[in-house]
Amino acid sequence: MRVYAYTVSGDLATLALGPLAAAIAAGEVSAADALAAYRVRIDAYDPAIGAYRRRCDDRANAEAAAVDAALKRGDSVGPLTGIPMGLKDILVTKDVETSCGSKILEGWIPPYEGTVASRLTAAGAVLMGKHAMDEFAMGSSNENSAYGPVGNPWDLDYVPGGSSGGSAAAVAAGLAAFAVGSDTGGSIRQPASLCGIVGLKPSYGRVTRAGMVAFASSLDQAGPMTRCVRDAALVLGVIAGADPLDATCLSQPVPDFVSACERGAKGLRIGVHRESMDRDGLDQEVRAAFETALAVVRDAGASIVDIDLPHSDKAIATYYVLSMTEAASNLARYDGVRYGPRVERSSLLGMYEATRDAGFGKEVKRRILLGTFLQRKDSYEAYYGRAMKVRALIARDYDAAFQRCDVIASPTSPVAGFKRGSESTIR
Amino acid sequence: MSLADYEVVIGLEVHCQLATRTKMFSACPQRIGAPPNTMVDAYTLGMPGTLPVPNAEAVRYGIALALALGCEVQGTSQFVRKHYFYPDLPKGYQITQSDRPYAWGGGIEIPAGRIRLHHIHFEEDAGKNVHVPGEDVSLVDYNRAGAPLLEIVGEPDLRSASDAADYLRELRAIVRTLGISEANMEQGTLRCDANVSLRRRGVETLGTRCEIKNLNSFRFLERAIEAETRRQADLLDAGEAIVMATMSFDPDRGVTKIMRTKEDAADYRYMPEPDLPLLVLPDGWVASLREAQPELPAARRLRYADLGLSANSAALLVDDPELAAYFDATVRSGAEPKTVANWVGGELLAKLEGAPICDSPLAPEQLAELIGMIADGTVSGRAAKQVFSTVWAEGGSPRAIAERDGHRQVSDTSVLEAAVVEVIASSPKQLAQFRSGKVSLKGYFVGQVMKKTRGQANPKLVGEILDRQLAATSEALPE
Repeated sequence: MRVYAYTVSGDLATLALGPLAAAIAAGEVSAADALAAYRVRIDAYDPAIGAYRRRCDDRANAEAAAVDAALKRGDSVGPLTGIPMGLKDILVTKDVETSCGSKILEGWIPPYEGTVASRLTAAGAVLMGKHAMDEFAMGSSNENSAYGPVGNPWDLDYVPGGSSGGSAAAVAAGLAAFAVGSDTGGSIRQPASLCGIVGLKPSYGRVTRAGMVAFASSLDQAGPMTRCVRDAALVLGVIAGADPLDATCLSQPVPDFVSACERGAKGLRIGVHRESMDRDGLDQEVRAAFETALAVVRDAGASIVDIDLPHSDKAIATYYVLSMTEAASNLARYDGVRYGPRVERSSLLGMYEATRDAGFGKEVKRRILLGTFLQRKDSYEAYYGRAMKVRALIARDYDAAFQRCDVIASPTSPVAGFKRGSESTIR
Repeated sequence: MSLADYEVVIGLEVHCQLATRTKMFSACPQRIGAPPNTMVDAYTLGMPGTLPVPNAEAVRYGIALALALGCEVQGTSQFVRKHYFYPDLPKGYQITQSDRPYAWGGGIEIPAGRIRLHHIHFEEDAGKNVHVPGEDVSLVDYNRAGAPLLEIVGEPDLRSASDAADYLRELRAIVRTLGISEANMEQGTLRCDANVSLRRRGVETLGTRCEIKNLNSFRFLERAIEAETRRQADLLDAGEAIVMATMSFDPDRGVTKIMRTKEDAADYRYMPEPDLPLLVLPDGWVASLREAQPELPAARRLRYADLGLSANSAALLVDDPELAAYFDATVRSGAEPKTVANWVGGELLAKLEGAPICDSPLAPEQLAELIGMIADGTVSGRAAKQVFSTVWAEGGSPRAIAERDGHRQVSDTSVLEAAVVEVIASSPKQLAQFRSGKVSLKGYFVGQVMKKTRGQANPKLVGEILDRQLAATSEALPE
């Protein structure tokens, strides 16, 4: 049976990951064909969207050719055989510029491959390029980038969300079969929501952070951005699991997420926290869509339970204190000494100041300054120390809630989308 | 007031670089003396996306030292980030331990008494800035960056510069005995900062302390403490207050100088290291390391005293565990301990010319064989030295070499008897003089016998036989 026959339009770029990988593995189409199908779309649409910060055509050609050669030899490749992908430019890729949306890493060609990228290519995926993002993943509209904005494919005047805005736009527009983004405080989920795709922030420790440029170490996670839940399950299965290069990565075995998708919603207890929905100034349109979605799963056999998260109103403040403090520390290494552009000055301090002033954008500087203040000996306990305690309380709230439910549902973003230049009014 | 009116109070902070194969937080190999920037990897250079992973070997080494020093090893400890900007610090922070170190307490015995420890913690080293003389550039070598360090923080229990040196020497001996570091001050694998304060004798409260940084030899440690003591005493004598400061020692002028005072001390903005979970020691590590603990210097010193070794011989061996192991192996092979100590401390070290004992071509068994040959009269002490040199150069069994080269001592009394009789018979003039009371001529007869036997006669036996023969001839021939 020809798997390819299932495509709606006959365009390879509309296939889900499983069927596309199966079609390539079965020799019905080649990895080079799949790559060509996506490249046509990138050439046609990306000039307007701007999802790709950098393409790596040579690498993509080589990887697709390697997959085809392996298949020709009769070797099996992996669950992502020949799948053309893009990665958020926060994921380190050997010999392909990784600039993290920042001038301070402009032209940085990593000498090593990050674990996520290497696991994906080992599973047969083909890297087409690196996706645009907010600088150091700080932002929710992709407007805080050193390299220009990204358009939402549904309406180019609208932002794609952020910080994984390039990845969300690329997946929504069919410029990549899937992407891997990163999420610290919503950076996968919010752009996925704004672009109408699936975005998954895995539980902390599920996916390695080795080879992902750090923003806030205790919160950062890489995760799939896909067109359907099964695709997300497939990608998560490839990138999850213990990594000897990340001491915070969990060693628990990786379950079969794809087959878990077959379980359905019957008997599932879905927790809903009404209080935070009322508090967040939820757009009526979003609320209506959320309720409709709840009705769908209820009809499918799930039950809805109200849950209590007593400390949820402290979550945003806690998040900002933790993430800014860690960011100020993580971004200390960008000093112009070993890599990245350097602005020469006659004194060491002058070089540091000029390099960091020229290299970092406004939002990044704001967070470094605040984070540095929060780290000070005389403010540490009052802020970071206290935020760590509140974080523990919030975690306890969730532990209690999960006694009553299996999953928690909530709207991802209070609004369905917003236009460029309006982010400050949304905050 | 004079210096004698003050009591000097000293506490040392010692950094010890661990001799692990790889660095503290990455699989990057480390080797001292490698060409600049050849012992680096992406983590060492602070590249984006790299993460620290603790080196299990370094952790085991740390536990071994903590157990040897009687510290309370903590099942759970925490890494923190210490921030400052400097080109030799790749990440803009150093990973270290602060409020929750892996070991608390403990102490080191020195002749002046027990010196308590405050704690020991793990940390990673920084690289090295190299200022090119005559040029307007600085270079950075990251080979040392990320190297595993233990910081051993002592209580202010030391009361003199020489006590401080004793303490550091004992710590070095323990570290070397454990085999966890070369602990070499010149090389920088053992580094020392000294906190020094003065107080009037009889006063309980501590004076304001100053910290002297980077003392890289025992001599500088003692001289720097003495210089700082004089500086502080002069200030106190003049009625001035001591300002808490970080000092450097100028060995050329023999004085300490203020580098920075507390007012301009940096805020290191310590925070828990979010890239590392708490360091939880796996079950059984502490117990198994305690079991595997080697004989420590104090016990070794006692054992050597019991073997009859001089304090100097014992100290020589205790300071160099490999030499001690060589000594012990030689003794185990059956040689008499004091003689072994003399040979090891004498001939062997002289031949090594500063090279480590592992370079010795002579195995302990060979040395024991040689010493046994002296003891049983097979060779004379002098001949033994020649045999030693030959074995050193050519290898082989000392016994076979002695045989081959004719160093074997003649102890056959019938052979010696005949030689003595012959010598006496052929020296009537000397015999007559001897009989007339010139007893010093005995040496002449011994020399003649030795000559006759090409130096191989056992001199002790020759003496005995001569005495008997000379007495016999004087009885036989009446005056």
